[in-house]
Amino acid sequence: MKEQNIIEAKGLVHEYIRRDEEGNVEAIQTALDHVNLDVRPGQFIAILGHNGSGKSTLAKHINALLAPTEGTLYVDGKDASKEENVWDVRQSAGMVFQNPDNQIIASVVEEDVGFGPENIGVPTEEIWQRVEESLKSVGMLEYRTHSPNKLSGGQKQRVAIAGVMAMKPKCIVLDEPTAMLDPLGRKEVLKAVRALNKQAGVTIILITHYMEEVVNADYVFVMDEGKVVMKGTPRSIFSQVEELQEYRLSVPQITLLAHELKKSGLPIPDGILTRDELVEALLSVGQQ
Amino acid sequence: MSIILDKVNYTYSAGTAYEIQALKNINLKMEDGQFIGIIGHTGSGKSTLIQHLNGLMKATSGTIYYNGEDIYAEDYDLRQLRSKVGLVFQYPEHQLFETTIFDDVCYGPKNQGLTKEEAGLRAFEALKSVGLKEELYYQSPFDLSGGQKRRVAIAGVLAMRPEVLILDEPTAGLDPKGRDEILNLVSAMHKERKITIVLVSHSMEDVAQYVERIIVMNHGEMIFDDAPHEVFKHYKELEKIGLAAPQVTYLMHELSENGLPVDVNATTVSEAKDEILKALGRKVC
Repeated sequence: MKEQNIIEAKGLVHEYIRRDEEGNVEAIQTALDHVNLDVRPGQFIAILGHNGSGKSTLAKHINALLAPTEGTLYVDGKDASKEENVWDVRQSAGMVFQNPDNQIIASVVEEDVGFGPENIGVPTEEIWQRVEESLKSVGMLEYRTHSPNKLSGGQKQRVAIAGVMAMKPKCIVLDEPTAMLDPLGRKEVLKAVRALNKQAGVTIILITHYMEEVVNADYVFVMDEGKVVMKGTPRSIFSQVEELQEYRLSVPQITLLAHELKKSGLPIPDGILTRDELVEALLSVGQQ
Repeated sequence: MSIILDKVNYTYSAGTAYEIQALKNINLKMEDGQFIGIIGHTGSGKSTLIQHLNGLMKATSGTIYYNGEDIYAEDYDLRQLRSKVGLVFQYPEHQLFETTIFDDVCYGPKNQGLTKEEAGLRAFEALKSVGLKEELYYQSPFDLSGGQKRRVAIAGVLAMRPEVLILDEPTAGLDPKGRDEILNLVSAMHKERKITIVLVSHSMEDVAQYVERIIVMNHGEMIFDDAPHEVFKHYKELEKIGLAAPQVTYLMHELSENGLPVDVNATTVSEAKDEILKALGRKVC
């Protein structure tokens, strides 16, 4: 039997409708335009797209913060558009946003992480157990009694992720979690996210503008004007440098360099993603 | 014409248990017309430093000279300074507030005491230079995309015709094309109008591509102040303080360690490309 998809969107449409004072429709903006998307449990998915391409709108559907105008979305087998499923869906799919300062509410790290499970009535003892496990999984256990406002951006964002982990979700949607962080903070957050995926088997949906962060994903979706316009492995997506640029995106710096070198006549393969691959390719060219 | 910082120190919450020295003995001269990048991890003192440049924050000790005049002198006109040194904060689009884009951009020049007509002319000029389409001028700024809003916010500062433009992470949260557009815009203003640009950034690749001088901040101290090639030579030290070098710099080092004779100082894609082609004995085109 085929394994059930954790996320399954069919013909998903979302329209933002603006009304004037009398309630007449002034403008309709189609943010999602018949999106089909399947995610298998345990996958690391990346979604790319320029500002306003519909990425965040899609993310908010997965967490049942928005309901579809048309089409269906199943999260862990439950129809996300049904009112009675909202809480189950939110528990299956946790969400992390861009600004860590908007997501942290308590004055002590461990209390912040315990806030979610406490809200859904988890017994006290188990709350503490979950807090410890989730802080450990993002490498923040030693900060459990610290005040969140003394932490760096990357550390705060990891606390926010731990808060989501404490809800034991099957899937985490991260909407540009590194946009406000410095290089070290970005590295820390990505490392934590990858560890959750590899060790805890959590399905990851990472929305980002940093092409370098996508290199390790299993599968990439590219969105433009509310549609999924490209999908494939990072290597196949990043082989198409010109197409990506048309969608206001780019490729990792190393991939771009490899592409430029190839255009200049060097015999190197398409879709180089890492420094090691490029070093190897160039050294073998040098030996010829 | 220049900005000089002489032994500038700044301490937050002085005399309390939360005392933090955010700037330590900063000595610095920003020459007219330079394009300067400031890098440093979160909390390194970058934002504190730039807020001193237009007098928003006052140094605990030390002096700042703008075009030879002490900005802390009793009779110095700080209002005037703030219109000459324009500061674009992080996420400046959060500060848009007027009902139309045009009115929003007029706000700065009007506050400078210009007439409605003069302010309008300035706004028109500024919106044109950030490349916003004319049919949008009388729309609400809140219906624009993230990148467009940011252009409007930058236009609001440009309309005051600053001599120095400081931008605090102007590309945060933008898509790659949006990042290029904003940085190309800033770079064009630097070339065409000869205004001094100070760019605070977390992207080493962007800094390497655009600026001529990099100032590196760490724990309130200025630890490097040099051309990008020189600064990125210290990539190992940069990593220790939570920064990095551009990806191509690492690549060049790895190639050189593996016996390919390339200049490890390349910091941009085009420099790296030329170096690699040269080392492999290909014609550079």
